[in-house]
Amino acid sequence: MPAARVEIKASAELKRVMAAYYEEIRQAAEEGKGKVAWCTSVGPAEILYALGFRVYFPENHGAMLGAARLSSSLIPAANSIGYSPDICSYLTSDIGAYLKGETPLKKAYGLKSIPRPDVLVYNTNQCRDVQDWFSFYQREFNVPLVGVSTPHPVPELGEAHVRAVEAQLESLIEPLEKVAGTKLDTAELRKVVALSRECSDLWGRVLRTGAHIPSPISFFDGCIHMGPAVVLRGRKEAVEYYKILLAELEGRIKDGVAAVPGERIRLYWEGMPVWGRLRDLSELCISLRACFVVSTYCNSWIFDELDPSRPLESMARAYTKLFINRTEQIKEAYIRELVREFKVHGVVFHDSKTCPNNANSRYGMPRRLAGAGIPTLTFNGDLCDLRLYSDAQVRTSLEAFVEQLTGSAGAQEAKGRGQERP
Amino acid sequence: MRELYLGVDVGSWSTKAVLIDGQRRPVGKGIRRSGVDLARATEECRAEALAAAGARAEDIRRAIATGFGRDAVAFANGFRTEISCHARGAFHHFPGEMTVVDIGGQDSKVIRVGAQGRHMSFRMNRKCAAGTGAFLEETAIKLSVPSEKLSELAARSTKRIQLGSFCTVFTSTEILGLIRRGERVEDIARGLLASVAARIVEMEPLSGTVVLTGGVIAHQPFLKEIFEQDHGLRVLVPPDPQFIGALGAALYAAD
Ligand code: SF4
Repeated sequence: MPAARVEIKASAELKRVMAAYYEEIRQAAEEGKGKVAWCTSVGPAEILYALGFRVYFPENHGAMLGAARLSSSLIPAANSIGYSPDICSYLTSDIGAYLKGETPLKKAYGLKSIPRPDVLVYNTNQCRDVQDWFSFYQREFNVPLVGVSTPHPVPELGEAHVRAVEAQLESLIEPLEKVAGTKLDTAELRKVVALSRECSDLWGRVLRTGAHIPSPISFFDGCIHMGPAVVLRGRKEAVEYYKILLAELEGRIKDGVAAVPGERIRLYWEGMPVWGRLRDLSELCISLRACFVVSTYCNSWIFDELDPSRPLESMARAYTKLFINRTEQIKEAYIRELVREFKVHGVVFHDSKTCPNNANSRYGMPRRLAGAGIPTLTFNGDLCDLRLYSDAQVRTSLEAFVEQLTGSAGAQEAKGRGQERP
Repeated sequence: MRELYLGVDVGSWSTKAVLIDGQRRPVGKGIRRSGVDLARATEECRAEALAAAGARAEDIRRAIATGFGRDAVAFANGFRTEISCHARGAFHHFPGEMTVVDIGGQDSKVIRVGAQGRHMSFRMNRKCAAGTGAFLEETAIKLSVPSEKLSELAARSTKRIQLGSFCTVFTSTEILGLIRRGERVEDIARGLLASVAARIVEMEPLSGTVVLTGGVIAHQPFLKEIFEQDHGLRVLVPPDPQFIGALGAALYAAD
């Protein structure tokens, strides 16, 4: 009988860090203590922090709505004003919440509503939806909307790509300075980029602990603990947080503490999380003794190109070189490399209905991986809209995949290994 | 006391039980509509299987449950997915490499089985009635025939009709158009079964030996001909195809 699951202790600190982050935003939006910029999750946050903005990320809000399982009741409100149920369910959940005047930020962090933006800043490196999403709020709040249109999808990153994006980043500065009421200080930008890089490195090391057998962290833990890497990159709070988390995970490795006690199967999560089912899926995996040890999703906030000596150019590189913005060939090579490095037994693709941009099973990749001897499973679902998700089908698929892997791996456990009644 | 093993397959449409003896020979079976009281359906299936075997509950050494409602089987000693159980049950009848196509009431699966009888990979259909029994149930209503009659009608078809959509709702509308156009019910019935087969073939390229299991082939035996005629496949159907999942579970119980 494997030991019971041990909670990650840093979670308490994570709560504190996230509460402090939202408190700053609250003070800016509700008490006039600073300006609020909205930013897409892989947008140019460093420039915004360097200009002194409080930076709010609607995608984080979308994930909160999904995790709170509110999306299914909010999405119809967005549908009714013309936003299709087939487009990003972060967008439709968030706009639906706005239309209905609801937000989990009230209860969780004491905000009266979502914070009113002073400016909206996007980068289309992940998808077009973010631009359309922010355009809605531009009309609602009548505030400036600026952004970067990234070439998509890029093969090997060429200098032309970098120049094009760098020039766009530069052109953001003036309108943003106007809203901020201050000039961008290059020294400050370098400092922020340095902190962002440090955060990114630490977050990368946190995720790489998953390569250890057994893994001290699962994909589901990663989805919770990535918060600061998304919303506070460029701030020292994120750096400090990941030092704490990393120390704990390294301690776990030393003490043999596994995220999934008795880990026997190591899996790769490809695609978006299913926010409303993180806990259920995590528990299912624990019962199957299968651990998602690596994911492209959590890795998306590792920006190893960031370089304070060349702040804008390195931002252009980092934000254009994202997994989601790459060609199929590069994505496949990337996944194969991680499968090897993390000693993964199988890759699970979440074909998220409303995020075709990050559903990487649609152009034959699972078959190509399977052809190369890497077992794959694809299941249909969604990041937020649980009406597009079937608990029974996903459970059966995952269980059957684990049965398949334990069988084909020829593990001693193969015999009589079914799920016994406790 | 006898040495018996029980497999129970709680599907979305029906619940099945198979009882085997120590030599892995089936000695009794039971089937019920799953309905709303799964616990009761499983109890009744077990009782029916025991009665057929002339045995008592104490004779059951071990029971394995499978199917979407497997948790409802209070007397189960363990669980296996229907993927593994269909593979195992089909392999029992046809030992060797094969592709098992299990078409059920709400979903369908294509399972590759290796020479040792283990499933090597599988595909499940998407969350949609297309390619499942639910599609046939719904569209048969538009033909004003009970769905069990579709196979019989299709066998008398003389013309191939290809339906334009796989959406159950769109197909229902399309059927009305076909009727208005004067197409024969027999040909439309064949078209409906052919649509199910076409959805399956889209899930995975099929080759080699294909074994059809599940409730739909049990009620629509002509589907075998369709797979053979339309897709040029070599198709085998085991006896009692709707009990293959339960048989597989019973075989696991006997391990
Ligand atoms: S990448 Fe996907 S989930 Fe993210 S904003 Fe775009 S469509 Fe939505």
